[in-house]
Amino acid sequence: MLLIYCPYCEEERSELEFRHGGDAHIARPTNIADVTDEAFEEYFFLRDNPKGLIFERWRHIHGCGRFFNAARDTVSDKFYLTYKAGEPKPVIPGVSPATEKTVETYEATEGTAK
Amino acid sequence: MRKYSVFAVAREAMRGHKGWEAQWTSPEPRKEYDVIIVGGGGHGLGAAYYLAKEHGITNVAVIEKGWLGGGNTGRNTTIIRSNYLYDESMDIYEHSLKLWEGLSQDLNYNVMYSPRGVMMLSHNVHDKQSFSRHIHANRLYGIDNEWLTPQQAKDFVPVLDISASARYPINGAALQRRGGTARHDAVAWGYARAASDRGVHVIQNCEVKGIRRGPDGAVTGVETSKGFIGAKKIAVSASGHNSVILSMADVKLPLHSVPLQALVSEPMKPIFPCVVMSNSVHAYISQSDKGELVIGAGTDQYNSYSQTGGLQIITHTLDAICELFPMFRRVKMMRQWGGITDNTPDRSAIQGVTPVKNLFVNCGWGTGGFKATPGSAHLFAHLIAKGEPHKLAAGLTLDRFRTGRLIDEAAAAAVAH
Repeated sequence: MLLIYCPYCEEERSELEFRHGGDAHIARPTNIADVTDEAFEEYFFLRDNPKGLIFERWRHIHGCGRFFNAARDTVSDKFYLTYKAGEPKPVIPGVSPATEKTVETYEATEGTAK
Repeated sequence: MRKYSVFAVAREAMRGHKGWEAQWTSPEPRKEYDVIIVGGGGHGLGAAYYLAKEHGITNVAVIEKGWLGGGNTGRNTTIIRSNYLYDESMDIYEHSLKLWEGLSQDLNYNVMYSPRGVMMLSHNVHDKQSFSRHIHANRLYGIDNEWLTPQQAKDFVPVLDISASARYPINGAALQRRGGTARHDAVAWGYARAASDRGVHVIQNCEVKGIRRGPDGAVTGVETSKGFIGAKKIAVSASGHNSVILSMADVKLPLHSVPLQALVSEPMKPIFPCVVMSNSVHAYISQSDKGELVIGAGTDQYNSYSQTGGLQIITHTLDAICELFPMFRRVKMMRQWGGITDNTPDRSAIQGVTPVKNLFVNCGWGTGGFKATPGSAHLFAHLIAKGEPHKLAAGLTLDRFRTGRLIDEAAAAAVAH
């Protein structure tokens, strides 16, 4: 079982309190009704499914209830770090290239809500 | 290849078993093959066998990173059934079940297919309605599936607790009598032996590190740990690692890989006559011929290639097993393991062409690939040979996630993962 650090509660809690929320930093097109089938497929279905570093969403469903993001290794299952929703995709030294531009999600707008 | 038979056993018994030959050869790779299949599990080895047997294509190599059947072929609970809901699923799983029925004879290899029956327990009104829908759909399609009352279910599986005070009360069950189990390793070995006999190269301990493409975009071969190997066609069937392999050709798949766990108990005298699955409380169980209880658990919620999985998942399954079958409460568990399953958003497999010319993919079998092995391999061979899907697999194309023609087995699977 994973031990997950909730960046809002600021403590490690067991995985049982959390719900995995799929890949992080995927922006929903604002004009969803107008995008092409290819663009919708890319946004909705296609995933990198990486062996190694992954950026993913978690929700502390049996705790504070908040969504946050995590960087984790999918081979060792080790967390590099977790960070609040809306924060930019972090660079993991020695692992991730700092090339991709940060994608902000809708959570950015509710990042500081209490 | 020397045929296996009762006479061969008698002959070797007289000679101190010194005459058995290697089941398959381990040749050095050629410079180029007509077809390279990436992944030496049941689906890949089977596809190689059917390519040679039914399509006359024998210049084929199966490339495997580890050892044959060391991935999900050797990591599942060996359940075979075809009681799916949608036509596309019934087509392929029933095709597979029919091949299972004659597979040992076809391969001259005892895969120990045992149609002992697969029973799915119903615990509530929703289960009953859902199973009834499945039963009717199956029977209209010519697939056996029947409804049992709680007492009939207990008559079939005497160790089942159907009492009204049970933690998970049972209000009936669906039974597919032709469903059952098979010996997982034997499936990989049997296909490897039969394919090797027809000239297919089975290359183990050879990791694919890249896919090379020509100026027209078509594949030209694979970079491996044993050097470059040319190929006119490449067919990928690498279960949990399909995304990793296809990313080498810049093809993104609608997959996420998660661990699925199973475990076996200490061996016991025969006590459990069939396969029992419970969707609502998530447990499935059968007894192997060796006597071990084979128990399947659920998937972890997060992407992982770790081949382990969380302890709370199997704890939950064992809790349910102990409630359904109180007599197993003191049984010791011997081994536990995880396999990496590649899951699609609609929980149906993908088998078809990719945007890259001469690159084919067989993926997304998720948590249910073992039962599909012969059928999937047979239809995959057709796809590779002809360049277009067999009519039974026509709905499983990769582009359904663009066109929207999904096969929504997610809500209809036997066990919700």
